[in-house]
Amino acid sequence: MLPWLPENISTYGQGVDNLFYAIFYITITVLILVMATLIVFLIKYRYQEGKKATYIEGSTTLEIVWTAATTVIVFVLAMFSYPQWNNIKSPTHFPENPDVVVQVSGKQFNWDMTYPGPDNEFETDDDLTLENELHVPINSVVHIRLTSIDVIHSFFVRELRLKQDALPNRFIDVWFEAIKAGRYEIPCAELCGFGHSGMLGYLNVHTQADYDAWVQERWPQ
Amino acid sequence: MHDNEHTEHHHEESFLSKYIFSLDHKMIGKQFLIYGLIMFFLGGGLALLFRWQLAYPERPLPIIGASEQYMEEGEVVTGADEMWERIYESEKEEWLEVNMPNGVVEPAFYNMLFTMHATVMVFFVVVPLLVGAFGNFLIPLMIGTRDMAFPILNMLSFWFAVLAAIIMVVGFFVPGGHAAAGWTGYTPLSADPQWTGVGSGQILWGLSLFVQGLSSLVGSINYITTIINMRAPGMTFFRMPLVIWSLFIVAILLLLAFPVLSSAIVLLVFDRLAGTTFFTATAEGGGDPLLWQHLFWFFGHPEVYILILPGMGIASELIPVFSRKPIFGYRSMVYAMIAIAFLGWVVWGHHMFQSGMRPGMGSIFMTTTMLIAVPSAIKTFNWLGTMFRGSIRFTTPMLHGIVFVSMFVIGGLSGIYMANTPVDIYFHDTYYIVAHIHYVVFGGSLFAIFGGIIFWFPKMYGRYMNDTLSKIHFWLTFIAFNCTFFPMHILGVGGHMRRISNPLQYEFLQQFEGMNIFITMSAFTLGFAQLILVFNFFWSIYKGKVAEQNPWHVNTLEWEAPTPVPHGNFDQIPTVYRGPYEYSVPGEESDWIPQTQPEHAPATGGD
Repeated sequence: MLPWLPENISTYGQGVDNLFYAIFYITITVLILVMATLIVFLIKYRYQEGKKATYIEGSTTLEIVWTAATTVIVFVLAMFSYPQWNNIKSPTHFPENPDVVVQVSGKQFNWDMTYPGPDNEFETDDDLTLENELHVPINSVVHIRLTSIDVIHSFFVRELRLKQDALPNRFIDVWFEAIKAGRYEIPCAELCGFGHSGMLGYLNVHTQADYDAWVQERWPQ
Repeated sequence: MHDNEHTEHHHEESFLSKYIFSLDHKMIGKQFLIYGLIMFFLGGGLALLFRWQLAYPERPLPIIGASEQYMEEGEVVTGADEMWERIYESEKEEWLEVNMPNGVVEPAFYNMLFTMHATVMVFFVVVPLLVGAFGNFLIPLMIGTRDMAFPILNMLSFWFAVLAAIIMVVGFFVPGGHAAAGWTGYTPLSADPQWTGVGSGQILWGLSLFVQGLSSLVGSINYITTIINMRAPGMTFFRMPLVIWSLFIVAILLLLAFPVLSSAIVLLVFDRLAGTTFFTATAEGGGDPLLWQHLFWFFGHPEVYILILPGMGIASELIPVFSRKPIFGYRSMVYAMIAIAFLGWVVWGHHMFQSGMRPGMGSIFMTTTMLIAVPSAIKTFNWLGTMFRGSIRFTTPMLHGIVFVSMFVIGGLSGIYMANTPVDIYFHDTYYIVAHIHYVVFGGSLFAIFGGIIFWFPKMYGRYMNDTLSKIHFWLTFIAFNCTFFPMHILGVGGHMRRISNPLQYEFLQQFEGMNIFITMSAFTLGFAQLILVFNFFWSIYKGKVAEQNPWHVNTLEWEAPTPVPHGNFDQIPTVYRGPYEYSVPGEESDWIPQTQPEHAPATGGD
């Protein structure tokens, strides 16, 4: 299954992927062990003429062993997960002083990307709203103010390992820092009505020079 | 209780009171069974319609859709073309024309299809089969009593369920179509017709679930009362078979969980009809869309365990019987189920990690959710321990029991990916979760249901189901199930979103076209394989081989009752002397000892 995971292009994506790999290898090991045991038991202890089953009611030792083992694995996994999660989703852990701030607003069935313009203030005259096209520079911290004007949508960029629902009348902050230039799809991941399928925007990660040129073109000075 | 006078009621009953408005728990159980099987076909049929659209987007369905030539040139070639011509010529707008022009599944219709597939499967198939059918049939028989505590409530529980199903089916034919906001009915999408174009369909959806809630409510009160008060002499709690334990726990969950959904639905209907804003936020204030999600999942997560616990119970009956061994760690099996039920109340937030809920809450819910791995692991290892050094008989019910365990392991392990908050950021709302839920509810619960039906059929109808047909059905279902749902894990890793009607609209999903076609073909095979089960079921009621009283040599009380089980169940209320899983006891001649056999008497195996 691993080759199907798309390439990661965000600074925190590797952390998510590492957890994914860890869980993958833990679960696949458990799965193989359980299935192998099951198959061995099915063959070895199949009904045979004259062979009786052995009366075993259980084993307290074994119960304690597998309860404790599972509990330990679960807590270790949780310990490694808390910092990753906070890093991506808790606003108090976000890198300060973002290079770019964009308001992304979901609506049936498009993404509105609003830039505050040179004054860095929303709802002023130099705001720029683009439909379905998000432009950001590479290696820069981008803050997204996520909202919706109608129903719940979900902002999903596979390559960033980022997904966040957008709610009406609520602003939810997320951030990312892209490390590879390119054009990536931003589908809506939460059912939002009959046009949900095909609700699609694009994330354009530019090199710094290209981004500066784009800004110059939009807000000529 | 009034044990002895009961057996004398051998008056002839009319057809109506015996088969329709029956008060007998066995008949009500069979009614639920047939009800569940009928709804199973409705739910499965809906799935096949949208699976077609996913594999061949915007192409007409075979047989009922228009031909390629008709689509291009308007020339009638097939019988279906003629039908479409007639539909288009007629003055009034036909249902098919609105929802499936030329036989193509429209996006709005697609949303309705998957919404109703899940709603029907969860509320009208799996719960009625597991809880309604097995609960009703097994509880009084296995605890050794003559009937449920409240037979009239029991009958009402079934007829409420029928009423709910009728309301749900009517919803398909109202203007605007049926509910299309997902089975989870997330607000604001479901709270205002302007977002979906769905009118009274959403209201009927809510009303139907409300009525289904009443059915569950009276049913669960009945189960709890019966199990607490009416156990046979000697049937202590820790001598109850595990399937009864699972149904007891599930009844408590249903009693406490369903009213939450019912109340939320009432608020939702107020939002739609009375102009309230419980679940919609306006600039002036009002409610909160997340409130619905909290209420829904506070019900919904216990509901998920309602869908699997009785399956675990059934597997815990099948595996010891056909391994001829006691269940490994009986008490830890009971405690694990209780632990799952308790944890079920404190994990609902894991459905909402990406919803905008406070991230700190996400960490808490992740911890509680991952803890569920512990009781699940205990149960799995105990099932394996049960087979260890057994004498395994590969009967068809046992095959289902084995598959239940292995599919439950896959479904349980795949759950860890979504329980882990950072990994869930990626996997949330992708096909990974679709694979997970189907491995648990189809691979788990439905296989347990199939196994249970074949296992208890001789007690229900006095005949065996045809074993050849059962085996063909088993192997086809097992292979087609895995071919359908295993590739969905891969789709999920590729980031394939769920609930989209046309994957080809996305650049990054082009690579999965072949896989989607493969899944659809497997799904059709899976669907058609179920016809074998239903044919076998009804055919065997009349033509199956006649079964003896205890064909599988089982210890539990239901097999002590005569076959077919008369009104009042037992000639004489049995007395219980031992636990339910005394198989292959050392020093005994027979490898099974019924629960009714006194401790110090030589084992006779009931023969």
